[in-house]
Amino acid sequence: MANIAWPPASKRGLIGKSISRIDGPEKASGRAKYTYDQNPVNLLYAKMLTSPYAHAKITALDTSEAERMPGVRAVYVFNGVGKEVNWEGHEILAVAADSEELAEDAVRRVRVEFQQLPYLVDDADLALATKDGRTRQLGAETSGDPAAGFQQAEVTSEGNYAIPVITHCCLESHGSVAQWAGDKLNVWISTQNVSGAAGEYAQSPDLNVPASNVNVDCQVMGGGFGSKFGIDTWGLAAAALAKKSGRPVKLMLDRKPELLMAGSRPSLRGKIRVGAKRDGTIVAWDSDSWGTGGMGVVGIHGLLPYIFRDIPNRGSRYTAVRTNTGPARAWRAPNHPQACFLTMAALDDMAAKLGMDPLDFFLKNLSLAGERAALYQEELQKAAELMEWKAKWHPRGDKTPGPIKRGVGLSIHTWGGLGHDGYCRTTIHPDGSVEVATGTQDLGTGTRTVINIVAAETLGLPLDGIRVEIGDNKYPPDGASGGSTTVGGVSSSTRVSATNALNQLLAKVAPALGTTPDKLEAVAEKIQVIGDPAKAISWKQACARLGTTPIVAMGQRNMSLISSGVGGAQMAEVSVDVETGVVHMEKMVAVQDCGLIIDIKTATSQVYGACIMGTCYALHEEKIMDQQTGTCLNPNMEFYKLSGLDDVGDIVVHMMTDPAIESRGVIGLGEPPVISPGAAIANAVANAIGVRVPELPMTPERVLDALGKGEMA
Amino acid sequence: MADRDERNHSNDSQREPDAKAEAGEKTAKGFSRRQFIKGSGLAVGAGVLANEGLLKAAGIESTPVVSGPGAVPVQLKINGRLHSLRLEPRVTLLDALRNHLDLTGAKKVCDRATCGACTVIMDGRPVYACTVLAIEAQGHAIETIEGIAPAHKLHPVSQSFVDNDAQQCGFCTSGFVMAVKSYLDHHPNPTYDEAKASLNGNLCRCGTYMGIRKAVLEAATKEKGGRL
Ligand code: FES
Ligand code: FES
Repeated sequence: MANIAWPPASKRGLIGKSISRIDGPEKASGRAKYTYDQNPVNLLYAKMLTSPYAHAKITALDTSEAERMPGVRAVYVFNGVGKEVNWEGHEILAVAADSEELAEDAVRRVRVEFQQLPYLVDDADLALATKDGRTRQLGAETSGDPAAGFQQAEVTSEGNYAIPVITHCCLESHGSVAQWAGDKLNVWISTQNVSGAAGEYAQSPDLNVPASNVNVDCQVMGGGFGSKFGIDTWGLAAAALAKKSGRPVKLMLDRKPELLMAGSRPSLRGKIRVGAKRDGTIVAWDSDSWGTGGMGVVGIHGLLPYIFRDIPNRGSRYTAVRTNTGPARAWRAPNHPQACFLTMAALDDMAAKLGMDPLDFFLKNLSLAGERAALYQEELQKAAELMEWKAKWHPRGDKTPGPIKRGVGLSIHTWGGLGHDGYCRTTIHPDGSVEVATGTQDLGTGTRTVINIVAAETLGLPLDGIRVEIGDNKYPPDGASGGSTTVGGVSSSTRVSATNALNQLLAKVAPALGTTPDKLEAVAEKIQVIGDPAKAISWKQACARLGTTPIVAMGQRNMSLISSGVGGAQMAEVSVDVETGVVHMEKMVAVQDCGLIIDIKTATSQVYGACIMGTCYALHEEKIMDQQTGTCLNPNMEFYKLSGLDDVGDIVVHMMTDPAIESRGVIGLGEPPVISPGAAIANAVANAIGVRVPELPMTPERVLDALGKGEMA
Repeated sequence: MADRDERNHSNDSQREPDAKAEAGEKTAKGFSRRQFIKGSGLAVGAGVLANEGLLKAAGIESTPVVSGPGAVPVQLKINGRLHSLRLEPRVTLLDALRNHLDLTGAKKVCDRATCGACTVIMDGRPVYACTVLAIEAQGHAIETIEGIAPAHKLHPVSQSFVDNDAQQCGFCTSGFVMAVKSYLDHHPNPTYDEAKASLNGNLCRCGTYMGIRKAVLEAATKEKGGRL
C-alpha cells in the first residue's frame, strides 16, 4: 500500500526539482484565455459610472436619455437617488451596450446630480481625523512596565515612520463575463475563489439563481494579490445585466476605477520610541500608530512591535482612521509589510544611534523574537554571506566622494501559510490516462504545476501522464487562494487522492504479481514489487486490468503533510544619488524557508517577484489623495508607478531546504518574501545617505527632503 | 525611473541611430493617438480628425478628410492576412484586435501607452496597440503574438520565457514577448545591460524581470542558431 507521507529525498523524482510551469506555453504564446479575453457571441460590453466625489448624496439620477440610445441594452443601478457614495470611484451604475465605445457614450449621457458632503481622504493628520470623529482606537497593549523600561534604557531612539495606502494594480483588472443559458448562469471571472463564487451569486435577489445552477470558470488570471476574493458588486451587475438583456455581458473595470476602488492596502503611520542598553540589548518599546483602510475600521493592532514580541517592557496603541477612500482589501501578507517597515526602521535607527552594525544588533536581540530565533539567526547569517554584508556595511553615511552613495540594510519577517481545506479527485482510466481535478485557481503562483508534480510523483508517472483540471467549480471544492494557503491545501489533497487511487490500482494488480498490495509501489511508469524492479508490470498493463471502469478517488487536505509558520531574512543594497534623490535597488538577497518545496523553479520565481513588488512599494507606489478635491491624483499607470525591468538590480534567492525544514511538510510562500523589502531597502537608504527617509515610498522628493533636514553625514 | 512611455513616440529607446528620421517618416505617413494627444493637448474623439489646425499642431500636413463619427470601412493587414471591418474612427488598434477579430493575445491594461501589455509590431517596430487608432494602422503590416509562430509551436522567444519562468500570471507576457522579439530582430547581439535598458517600455506586476532578462539573452542565442 502506498503511504500518503511525502517520499524521502532519495525517492523524489519530481518534488523539489526545477520544473517549468505547465501552463507556460499557453501564456507565452498568447493563447491562454483570461476572463478579459472571453468573447462569447452576441457579447455586450458594460461600463460603469462611479462617483467623482469623495462623499456625496445622489439627489437625481436620470438614465432615460442613455437608455434611448440605439444599441444600449440594459442599465443596472448600484446606488440610486438618496444613496450616499463614500469615495471617489464608488459604484453608481453600469450600462451594457453593443460596443465598448457605445457603453462609454451611454454612461456620459446619464444625468446625475450630487449634494456634496464633508469628507476626509488624507490620513496623515491624526489630530484632524480625531476632531472629525473619524478615529477609533482598536486597542492598546502593555506588557512589563514601559515607563520603567525607558528609565532603565541608556539610549533612547525616537522616530516617526509612515507607509502609505497602495493599490494592488493587478494587470488584469477585476471583472467577469456573464452568460445565461435558461436558468443557468455561466461566468468567467478573474477570481481567487473559484469554488466559493457560486454561493455569492446565489445570494443575490436580483439573480434568483441557486448556487447549483452557477458555473464559474477561471483557467488563468492576471493577478489577484489578495484583491479578488469576492465577486464584487460589479460581478453581480454583469450577471444582472446579462439577465436583463438576454445576452452575455463583459464587465471589466477600466484602469481608473480599478485603482480607485478595487483594492487598497491600508496605510500605517506611527511614532515609535525604542530604549536599549549601551551594549545593544533592547529593553523598552512604545508605539502610537494609526492608519486607514477606507471607511471600514481595520488595521494592524497587535502586530507592533513586529517579530520582537518579547521586548520586556512595551506599550503599543493603534488607531483606525476612517477616510473617504476606496475600501481596503487583503494585500499580500495583510498588515505585515506595514508593521515590518515601522519596526525594522525603528530598530535600525536604534542600532545607528548605538553605533552598532544592525546585523550584530539584530543577532544580539533575537532572543526577543520568539520561537523562530534560531532560524532567524541562521537565515541572517546566510543572507550576510550572500550579500557580503561585513565587507559592504559601513556606519551611516557613505563617505565615498561624489553624489552616488551606497548602503546596505536588512529585515526579517514571518508568516503562517497553513494549507486551506479542500478536496481533490484523481481518476485513473483503464487506458492509463489520469486526470486530477480540484476547484482551485492558479493566480500565477504555479498551483497547476504543483498539482501536476505531486500527482505524477505519487503515481510514478511523467508530468505529461497527468491531466490537471482546475479553475472550474464543477471540480471538488478547494479553498480561496489567500494567505499562502493554496500550496499546502492542494499539495496535500492531491497527494491523498492520488495515493487513494493508486492503492485501489495496487489492489487490482497485486494478485497478478503474486503478492499483496502493501508490497507494491508505482515508479517509472511501472507497478513493481518494492525493491524488486524485475517483478513489475507497466502502468498501462496495470490500468488495463480495470476493465471498463475507471478508478475514482477523493482526497482532502491532510494536516500530516503540511505545516505553518516560517521566518525569512532579506538584505538590500542600494545606491542613492544625493543630488537628484533617486534611489536604485542594486541587489537584494532573500533567504526563505517554507518547509518542503514542491517546485524550486516556481518557488524561486515567487521570491524574485516578491522582492520586485517590494521594491515597487519601497520606491514608487503610493495612492496619492488630495484633500482639497477629495480625489486620487494618480489613478493610472503613468503616475501610479511600478518598477520597470531596468529599475531593479540583481536578486539572489536562497531557499532553506535542509532535512529538518523539509520534514515540516509543505508551507505557503506567496506572502512571506514580500514583507521585508520595504524595510530592508529603507534601512539601506539610511545607511547610504546617513539620514532616515521616514516615509515610503522613498521618492526623490522625500530623499532630498530627508537630506535637507538631516545634515549629510 | 526610466522613461518607459516611449514606444509610440520619437524618443524610442529601441531606435537605431537613424531612428529620428524614421520617426519623422512615421509622422508624415500617419500619427499615433499618443502623438496626436501630445500635439494637440486634446483627447481624440470621432470627427476631430477633420480639424486641420490640430493636425498642424501635431506636425501633420494632410488634406482634411472627415471620418466618422459612425463606423467606416477599415482594412487591416494582420499577420499577413487582410481583414475588412467596419469600425468607428475612434476605435483603437487594440480594441479592433480584441473586440472585433478575437485576437486577444495583446492585453488591455493601462490603455494609455504606459505598460506595454498591448504591444504589437507594426512595420517591424513595436507599438502600443492601445495608442494607435485602427484607421491609422491601415496600410501597415501588423504582427500580433498570434502570428509569430505556427499553431502548436512556440516562437523561440516564447520558449525562452517558458524555460526561464519569465512569467507568473502571464498577463504582461504576450506584450513582453512581442517587445523582446522586436528588440532582438533589430539587436541580435545584446549584452545583458543593453537588454535590460531597452525593455523598460513594459511593466510586470508579478515581478518576473529576473526571468525575462535571462529569457532575452537565451532567445538571442537561440535565434542566431536559426531555430523556430
Ligand atoms: S500600453 Fe497599451 S494597454 Fe498599457
Ligand atoms: S506575470 Fe503577472 S503581470 Fe507579469
